[in-house]
Amino acid sequence: MSTVPALEIDDVSRIHGRGDAAVHALRGLSLRVAPGELVAVMGPSGSGKSTLLNLAGGLDQATAGRVRVQGEELGSLKQAALAQLRRRKVGYVFQDFNLIPSLTAEENVALPLELDAIRTRRAAAMARSVLDEVGLSGLYDRFPDDLSGGQQQRVAIARAVVGERCLILADEPTGALDSETGEQVLALLRARCDAGVAALLVTHEARYAGWADRVVFLRDGTVIDETAPLSADSLLAGT
Amino acid sequence: MHTQYMSIRYGLLALLERQPMHGYQLRAEFEATTGSAWPLNVGQVYTTLARLERDGLVDPQGSDDDDRVRYAITESGSAELARWFALPVTAANRPRNELAIKLALAVTVPGVDVREVVQRQRSATVSDLQNLTRLKRDSDGDLSWSLVLESMRFQAEAEVRWLDHCETALAREARRTASSPVKTAAEADNSRVAKGAS
Repeated sequence: MSTVPALEIDDVSRIHGRGDAAVHALRGLSLRVAPGELVAVMGPSGSGKSTLLNLAGGLDQATAGRVRVQGEELGSLKQAALAQLRRRKVGYVFQDFNLIPSLTAEENVALPLELDAIRTRRAAAMARSVLDEVGLSGLYDRFPDDLSGGQQQRVAIARAVVGERCLILADEPTGALDSETGEQVLALLRARCDAGVAALLVTHEARYAGWADRVVFLRDGTVIDETAPLSADSLLAGT
Repeated sequence: MHTQYMSIRYGLLALLERQPMHGYQLRAEFEATTGSAWPLNVGQVYTTLARLERDGLVDPQGSDDDDRVRYAITESGSAELARWFALPVTAANRPRNELAIKLALAVTVPGVDVREVVQRQRSATVSDLQNLTRLKRDSDGDLSWSLVLESMRFQAEAEVRWLDHCETALAREARRTASSPVKTAAEADNSRVAKGAS
């Protein structure tokens, strides 16, 4: 496992607009996510959670500070290199799955590989192997409409981790799922992290944040608090 | 304390409904069933057995080779247990909610940063959730233990949701007082007293 952090956010600020109309979405926020780590981000709406995810994935640019993915500083990359890094290193999971309805499960998962010029047959084999890992063997040829919400989110997770991805950015991935299916999705994300991938999970539900190694609380664009798990013994001693 | 005693009392009756047991056995079975969420000492078990015997709900059945007394549930013990399962647990039987009382007081005491009280609690409760989730992952399909764990997870989750609600309510109140200053209950009382005196 690499010792370079999968994600480093260093004193980052993001200001929308100017002068009196300026909105400070992030104020000098710093955060690191190590390989194999699942970090949850909680905070009220408007606290900067989405801006943080957009910056981490190179979808938005910081006004000040640095964002690095596996050691590469996003701000220093040319447009094409940034697009390549986003395709190769970063996987996204959204609340509403964002699968392409006219493609099968296998084709959805293989798509980012094919965009990265991997041959169709090899991309398909890689896609099937990841679909097996997320428990969707035998459903390769199903279209999104023929899958349950939980199965669609599994396809989305498979798409997010296929290839050499080192970082998963998940924005309320359980938002459209019932709590039991949501738990399964988190268990799956957890398993991927245990296998070495890093993940940043934005959620407003404490139940799902409970799956994380660390939970970071945002308020007004900055980190105000952070948890690390205590030992199980101290927990039971308190009951 | 009362609530804990009730849980032990009915817990022991439920175990004896399966088969007669002696004190050490009961303690081990109780902890196995609740995944040691409620560790018991054997003294608590014998105290409870003595009360159950006094109330005619269990019967001592002589000693085994090691001189340990086995207890069996009586007919009225079984009926008492059935009644317990049939009736919902009422709020009066639950421990008082210290956190709700703490926040209710915090908003009235000058100089307390209530938002910080809320955040510290949220952080602590989410930490608990992380630990409970870890225990759940390790629970390996033990149904009784996993139900107890889920109960604790749901309670922690509900507490965080309630804290979110408190934070929103505090923010709303702060905006309201910024536009039209209101008095705390104590200030309102003082001004009434002052008016009455004048």
